Amino acid sequence: MERDLALVALFAALIAALGLVPQIALASGVPITAQSLGVMLAGTVLGSKRGGLAVLLFVVLVAMGLPLLSGGRGGLGLFVSPSAGFLVGFPLAAYAAGLVTERWRTASVGVAASAGAALGGIAVLYIPGVAGMSLAAGFTVPEAAVLSAVYLPGDLIKAVLAGLLTASLAKARPASVLSRQPLNG
Amino acid sequence: MISLASPVRTPFHAIPAGPKLGLLCAFTIVVFSVDGAALGAGLALLVLALYAAGGVGFIRVGLRRLLVLWPFIAVIAVWHAATGELPRGLALCAKLAAAVGLANLVTMTTRLDDMVSVFCRLARPLRRLGLDDRSLGLAIALVIRFVPVLVAKGFEIAEAWRSRSTRRPGWRIVAPLAVAAVDDAEHVAEAIRARGGVEGRRGSR
Repeated sequence: MERDLALVALFAALIAALGLVPQIALASGVPITAQSLGVMLAGTVLGSKRGGLAVLLFVVLVAMGLPLLSGGRGGLGLFVSPSAGFLVGFPLAAYAAGLVTERWRTASVGVAASAGAALGGIAVLYIPGVAGMSLAAGFTVPEAAVLSAVYLPGDLIKAVLAGLLTASLAKARPASVLSRQPLNG
Repeated sequence: MISLASPVRTPFHAIPAGPKLGLLCAFTIVVFSVDGAALGAGLALLVLALYAAGGVGFIRVGLRRLLVLWPFIAVIAVWHAATGELPRGLALCAKLAAAVGLANLVTMTTRLDDMVSVFCRLARPLRRLGLDDRSLGLAIALVIRFVPVLVAKGFEIAEAWRSRSTRRPGWRIVAPLAVAAVDDAEHVAEAIRARGGVEGRRGSR
C-alpha cells in the first residue's frame, strides 16, 4: 500500500521533471519533449493500474494549476485548448502501455515495453488527442489527424526509448519494475 | 514550487473554489455551443473585462498565459483562410481565447489548497472503487515535494554527463533519473510505514 502510493507519486513527479529539465529535450524542436516519454515509462514500469494512476495524478495536478507541463505550463485553460485531448488521453496511454508490458510475457521486457509504449503512446493517445483538436479548434477529424502527425516521428522514437529504459531499469532495480513481477498462481 | 495562482487579490478570490469551477464549466459549454464571430468576440471581451478587475498588471499576466495558444490560433486562421471560411476561423479563435482565458482566470484566482480540497471532495465517491481520497491528499503532497528534488537531480546528472562527454546529454540521463525516482519511492514508502503507514494515519484522525 505505502509502496504503491510512493511509486505512483514519484512517477508523477518524474513525468514533471522530464518536462522541466531542458537538457533532456530530445531535439531542439518544440514538439519533442521527454514528458510523454515519462507517461510511457509510468505504464511500462509500474504496469497498467498503477501507471495509469500515476499519470492521472500528474494530470490532476496540472489541472489544479501547478506548472508541471513542459515549458512550465499548467492550469485549467489547457483542458479547453486544442491539445486538451492529449492531456486527457495520457492516463489511458499509460494504462495501455502497462497492459501490454504485463501481458506479453513471452517477449523480453524491452520488446514488450516498446510495443506497449507504441500502442499506448500513439494508437490509444491519438484518439482523444485528435478528437480534442477537432472539438476545440473546429477541424474535421481527418484534418486534425493530419496535423497530429507532426508528433508521430518523435513518439515512435520515444516508444523505442521507453523500451530500452524499462529494460535497463529492470536490470538496475528489478523489484521496482512492477509490470514484470513474477505472476503468482 | 510556485503554483500558477496570482498574488494579486481580485474579487474572484472570494468565490469558493467549488462554485467557481461549476461556473467555469457552464461558461465553457456556452462558449462552445454559440455560433458566430460577433458572439465569440463578445465572450472574449467579457472575459477580458473580468481580468480588468485585477488591474493592468493582472491583465498582462493573463495575456501572457494566453500566448501558448498562438500556434493553434495561427494554424486555425491560416487553415480557414485557405478554405475560404475566414469568419468561421476568427470566431473559433475568439471562442478559444474566451474559454481558455476564463479557465486561466479561475486557476489564477484559486489557491492551491482550495483546489486540492475540491478535487479530494470530488474523489470521495471513488472510495467504493478502492481509491481513497485521503491517500490522494498524501500523494499530491508527495508529488509537490519531489518535483523540485527530481528536477535538481536531473540538472546534477546532466552536469555530471557534461563533465565526462563533449556530446549533449540527451535521453541517456533519463535512466539514472528514473532509478533515482524509484529509490526515493522505496525510501518514502519505508518512512511512511515507519510512521504507522497510510492506514495508521487514517486511524489517528
